[in-house]
Amino acid sequence: MKCQHCERPATFHITELTDEVPDELHLCEEHARVYLIQAETPELESPSIAGALAQHLKIGQAAEELARLDQQACPICGITFYEFRHAGRLGCPHDYVCFEDKIEPIIMSIQNATQHVGKRPKSGMDGTDRRTELIRLRRDMEAAVGREDYELASTLRDEIQNLSASMEADNSSE
Amino acid sequence: MHLNELAEGGGEWLRGTGPESDIVISSRIRIARNLSDFPFIRKASDADKKQIESAVEQAVKSVTQWKNRVSYVNVNDLADLDRQFLIERQLISRELAECNGVRSVAIDHDEKFSVMVNEEDHIRIQVMQSGLDLFEAWKQIDWIDDCIEEHVQYAFHKSLGYLTACPTNVGTGLRVSVMLHLPALVMTREVDKVFRSLHKINLAVRGLYGEGSEAMGDFYQISNQITLGKSELDLVQQVNDVIPVMIEYEQKARDFLARESQQELKDRVSRAYGILSTAQTISSEETMHLLSSVRMGVNMGLIDLDIPTLNRLFIHTQPAHLQKMHGAALDIADRNIQRASYLQQELRNYKN
Repeated sequence: MKCQHCERPATFHITELTDEVPDELHLCEEHARVYLIQAETPELESPSIAGALAQHLKIGQAAEELARLDQQACPICGITFYEFRHAGRLGCPHDYVCFEDKIEPIIMSIQNATQHVGKRPKSGMDGTDRRTELIRLRRDMEAAVGREDYELASTLRDEIQNLSASMEADNSSE
Repeated sequence: MHLNELAEGGGEWLRGTGPESDIVISSRIRIARNLSDFPFIRKASDADKKQIESAVEQAVKSVTQWKNRVSYVNVNDLADLDRQFLIERQLISRELAECNGVRSVAIDHDEKFSVMVNEEDHIRIQVMQSGLDLFEAWKQIDWIDDCIEEHVQYAFHKSLGYLTACPTNVGTGLRVSVMLHLPALVMTREVDKVFRSLHKINLAVRGLYGEGSEAMGDFYQISNQITLGKSELDLVQQVNDVIPVMIEYEQKARDFLARESQQELKDRVSRAYGILSTAQTISSEETMHLLSSVRMGVNMGLIDLDIPTLNRLFIHTQPAHLQKMHGAALDIADRNIQRASYLQQELRNYKN
């Protein structure tokens, strides 16, 4: 009998009993090794984040407090801490500011540092906060359109245009 | 540029001519960047993604040096086969191929760099060099980053640096990686031990096609784990420093095999060559496995073939490449036949 994954002879015959229907596998030595290693360590999407979060949250955090943390949402993009915790991905640049005290220990355990020492944007970074304001305005505008509140949507659109224009002007005068 | 024209070639990273190219396949650096006035991809609406995409497209198209040298490809419109082809060529990531919505990639015609738009981050720039050439790759990517930054405003935090969708990339957003061919370390079963010691110094090891992929054909990528608290050059240096050590380990394992089990080694290499040049049907996996032995045999002077030719066989026998060159989609059984006949023909041509 051939290995299920290659042309070599199957020397390992594994019956997996975890599902309702037993799963039969016929593998060569190499693929059996790969299979068994995988079975031992289920792969997470971002193991370091999951690990760091687990570590951070274990430190004396009561269930109620975790539940409270989970419900906190970013005022700019609307992501909750719960959503970040589960997806391992943030929603917008402002999350680093609004979840600062929760994210910093996570960053510390992943990166073993909290201070960037490398390259910086040449254009300077003033105005980053004003730019995140654009994210909120656009989100509000889309929500207004969704509610068919076109009056509010058009006010917001003007605000977005004014803010963009003033930032363009600032950039070109630098 | 048409993708079909790319298929016939081999790509920069497989040129097989750079420094230390018997063991070091390629050097690659990528940086992650996001625009400051849009949410990260997870929270980006279709309208956001369109605006991000057009901002980056404009930035890419304003670089005068890239005129007629860079193609801008809409990944959303591509056929599955073309996406798979670009993955095999390492010009796009699996994530970019498989996610949804507006996304694209700018591809350098020499395949030395690509810029992915709307992947995990808004912008992912990557530069590739054949052989061990990390400092040149950093010089290139630093320049590309500056070019794009002239037209967009990056999300940047005064103490955390460049902000990324995942905190594992925050700071420099830099991933430095070197792809190595380590067949002797695998054969002597020392590879796990070596990798464990790399983990201890914060270096990660992945398979040929990145995160989660197995080490097909004994190819491994070594890269930095952390991205914050060190300068870009320090991160490049850290990976660069460990490569000569890896080369030495692999070399020692090869010497050991040549000394202690020469007959067995020669047998393995010539059997591999024999199967590759006579098989009538062969899977991609078996091909990678056998080509790996032959590649080592070539480097050890056991077999007469050249590395660029072998590298070409590695890439051209991948499923999407095979179908692109054949000019039509093939099912698995037909691919295996097509692959065997391609290998036979190429190896016969080389002999003549």
